[in-house]
Amino acid sequence: MDKEGKVILSHPKFALTIERLCHQLLEDHQDFSNTCLVGIQPRGTLFAQRIYDRLGQLVDLSETKIGKLDVTFHRDDFRTHETPLTPFPNEMNFLVEDKDVILIDDVLYTGRTIRAAITSLMHYGRPRSVELLVLVDRRFNRHLPVQADYTGITIDAVDEEHVKAIWNDNPLEDEIILYSQKF
Amino acid sequence: MAGLSTRHLLGIKYINRADIDLIFKTADNFKEVLNRPIKKVPSLRDITIANLFFENSTRTRMSFELAEKRLAADVVNFSASNSSVKKGETLLDTVNNILSMKVDIVVMRHPAPGAPLFLSKHIPAKIINAGDGIHEHPTQALLDAYSMREQLGDLTGKKICIFGDILHSRVALSNVFCLQKLGAKVRVCGPPTLIPKHYASLGVEVSYNVKESLKWCDVANVLRIQLERQDIKFFPSLREYSQFFGINKRILDETGKKTIIMHPGPINRGVEITSDVADSKDHSIILKQVENGVAIRMAILFLLAQKE
Repeated sequence: MDKEGKVILSHPKFALTIERLCHQLLEDHQDFSNTCLVGIQPRGTLFAQRIYDRLGQLVDLSETKIGKLDVTFHRDDFRTHETPLTPFPNEMNFLVEDKDVILIDDVLYTGRTIRAAITSLMHYGRPRSVELLVLVDRRFNRHLPVQADYTGITIDAVDEEHVKAIWNDNPLEDEIILYSQKF
Repeated sequence: MAGLSTRHLLGIKYINRADIDLIFKTADNFKEVLNRPIKKVPSLRDITIANLFFENSTRTRMSFELAEKRLAADVVNFSASNSSVKKGETLLDTVNNILSMKVDIVVMRHPAPGAPLFLSKHIPAKIINAGDGIHEHPTQALLDAYSMREQLGDLTGKKICIFGDILHSRVALSNVFCLQKLGAKVRVCGPPTLIPKHYASLGVEVSYNVKESLKWCDVANVLRIQLERQDIKFFPSLREYSQFFGINKRILDETGKKTIIMHPGPINRGVEITSDVADSKDHSIILKQVENGVAIRMAILFLLAQKE
């Protein structure tokens, strides 16, 4: 099995991509006082933190909440999944009632995780709007009609391939890797 | 990550430390769900659960039903008192009839020890033991240990004493198995007539002195006197039992410790425990136990319902 993979995004382009996404958010939101950033567990939360950290250097985020949303209980493959599903901690210490929510995940693949995340999000109130920000969009693998509002990079990968964002303690070492097989 | 090592929950005896840790970790997540504005998740939406209660129950039955409904399962309830069991139907016939209605999980309470084990050998549905006679009550032990862990952190080396009617208590036996698997030191305390001899062979300390045991322990789990299971007299009178083995504020204060008081309910106020202890905000976590019961049962149902 190919566990080496091919690096498709790394420093310095990685940082530039995050920079661009932050500026796109700034362009659309300007004032972030009614906005909250919600990362999808597990890996979307790390990406959300990167966005929050960089955005915080560009604009005042003192009133902007950041949360971690786990979608395990809302997944549609609960009884068909080959390996047992175990949930990650859900850290949503605020309500999204009437808020502008930016839902953040690392890889947009079939769209099922996003569907589950939107259902789960509604348990914290009725948001004014929900936007989707992803680092990688695997555009030809969608099962549901889900599209991102903000996209880092778009890649064309076949179903057998696996795309993974690697988050390191040092952001300069972050990268996205394409593997030829799922594992 | 691996799932549970078993497809049924028949007793704590049949699960291992990793299973207990997995149930606790999953329960943490469900506790968060129970504090959301909308307390329901759709995980078990295509699962049908039968609650078969051949014995009376308030807390356990409501707790299971609430857990099942919070997970969006379809629930059918059965109680022996108003069923064909009264007309002479056997357990297996009753359950097979219910199973032909395509039930996935059976939650069963039965007066006969071993009834859930018997059932698990004869029917394809997954079985959760909600108390079988004087044998085991695994979900109660798990929620007790979970509540203790919430107060004390890791239970390794912690001193837990179970007070009261040990002989007739399924909660006591399940608690002993569970707490020992979590590394706690366990003691039982009560009148000699209500502590079976074999408890010493389980690696449990045995004491007949309430005051000394209260001083020794970090947690006192007080059990009810089960008069309905006592066909002979095990002590002269309830008044005398209360005097010698009941826990009241005076003897609790004498210890000078902030001992945690637990009780699986229903409480016989003034017998095994007085109201000022049961309702004490400094000591009692009895209502927290009930709250944790729903999260623990949601976790067990969620883990057992997954694909094998």
